[in-house]
Amino acid sequence: MKLSLTVNGADRSAQDVWPGTSLLTALREEFGLTGAKNACEQGECGSCTVYLDGDPVCSCLVAAAQAEGRQVRTVEGLGGPEAVQRAFLACGAVQCGFCTPGLVVAVHDLVHRIEDPDEATIREALAGNLCRCTGYEKIIEAVRCAAAELRAELSEHSAPPGLPEPSESSGPVRR
Amino acid sequence: MEFLAPADWTEALEAKAAHPGAVPICGGTDVMVELNFELRRPPALLDLGRIRALKDWEVCDGHVRLGAAVTFARIISALADRLPALATAARTVGSPQIRNRATIGGNLGTASPAGDAHPVLLATGAVVEAESVRGVRTIPVGDFFTGVKRNALEPDELIRAVRIPETAGPQQFAKVGSRNAMVIAVCSFAVALDLERRTVGTGIGSAGPRPLTAPAAEDFLAGALDWDGLAVSEDAAERFGALVAAAASPIDDVRGTAAYRRRALAVMAVRTLRWMTEKEAVAV
Ligand SMILES: Cc1cc2nc3c(=O)[nH]c(=O)nc-3n(C[C@H](O)[C@H](O)[C@H](O)COP(=O)(O)OP(=O)(O)OC[C@H]3O[C@@H](n4cnc5c(N)ncnc54)[C@H](O)[C@@H]3O)c2cc1C
Ligand code: FES
Ligand code: FES
Repeated sequence: MKLSLTVNGADRSAQDVWPGTSLLTALREEFGLTGAKNACEQGECGSCTVYLDGDPVCSCLVAAAQAEGRQVRTVEGLGGPEAVQRAFLACGAVQCGFCTPGLVVAVHDLVHRIEDPDEATIREALAGNLCRCTGYEKIIEAVRCAAAELRAELSEHSAPPGLPEPSESSGPVRR
Repeated sequence: MEFLAPADWTEALEAKAAHPGAVPICGGTDVMVELNFELRRPPALLDLGRIRALKDWEVCDGHVRLGAAVTFARIISALADRLPALATAARTVGSPQIRNRATIGGNLGTASPAGDAHPVLLATGAVVEAESVRGVRTIPVGDFFTGVKRNALEPDELIRAVRIPETAGPQQFAKVGSRNAMVIAVCSFAVALDLERRTVGTGIGSAGPRPLTAPAAEDFLAGALDWDGLAVSEDAAERFGALVAAAASPIDDVRGTAAYRRRALAVMAVRTLRWMTEKEAVAV
């Protein structure tokens, strides 16, 4: 079947896609976006995490045809290296790197939803992302680091007291 | 394999009638695992993800009516006050990525004995709305599960919604697993009190060929509970636990032994009862 969707802001389409193909396979094999990784194909590891209409999902568990006409954003589309990716580098949160793209998307979602997540919130938000190498401590540190950087960016951009609130479009754009 | 993508509910029912072998796919968190591992090669997939009406919930006639495609993430974010036990169960499902896709209708469709919504739906006396081109059928959830991963749907039927009575007293859900996240229940338990009717509802997960209730435990507690003070004696609580454990018919499997499951059920029953009776303010 034919498949058309928006990936990282661009219209993409593919011909002759088998109807049971996962979004993950379509992204990797039809569109050459190999950021999202295939490790388990059963929703356990989160290495295939992408945004689907703004929500982080396991792309291995979405039929590509279900994403017809919808918005997909992959790790390649976050614009990089942005705050989360810089934090992963700075904190040494990457070893073999296989889990990293999925984690970056999950963390990107978290720090853009919650300004200052505590440890329990971070662990809960990342419960669907497995890492065989790091033991998670550095990853959690990277989340804190990224959140702090985003808070700093926000306060830099916010108007000094007494001035009118900036209009929605002039503030820093989150997500 | 065909991919059927009906735009609305009527089209979906017509498609299911025309292709009774088509496998509905909603969040895909169960169906895609089977496709990825070639455990299933259906003649067609029937995508329910485009049907707006299935994603809504509403309150009507003393019920909260959840469209089949309401996700667990949505239950947590929008319904924690109205359906506290279901929201508690929803929080234990998979991971954030799974909860963003996994739906209540898909949980029922799979009808796994371990499905986390099921004990709560049983304890609260929920009703499944099934529909086909022939008409609508309401199935009490206790009659919906017919065996291991089997449900009462006819080949041309789809789940339209599930109706859960509005919360009429404290209710709780507990689940035992090998860790705190991303875990299939070793066993699970839900209990709901109806303060007006003075009745008790229970639901047991992962300790039988299908989700079960514990009618003897329900009757016993309804009689033993001090409904005005919402208090229960230690002995009565223990007895309630024992009756819940006795209602289960667990097996030994990779996740746990039958004996462990019975023991854990008794503990969860006593514990959830404490949570309900030791609270000052009753969350209604
Ligand atoms: C990593 C992982 C972790 C998980 N953890 C849990 C957990 O902790 N607890 C738990 O309960 N489950 C868990 N699950 C299982 C799954 O997420 C749930 O069963 C979920 O509710 C399925 O919903 P879905 O919309 O994704 O279903 P789908 O995969 O789309 O469908 C599931 C089944 O229901 C049928 N179906 C779907 N919608 C309808 C409808 N409207 N009418 C008729 N039939 C329908 C489908 O044909 C299929 O047979 C997990 C799954 C994964 C992959
Ligand atoms: S590859 Fe999708 S969750 Fe592991
Ligand atoms: S860095 Fe190797 S799996 Fe996480």
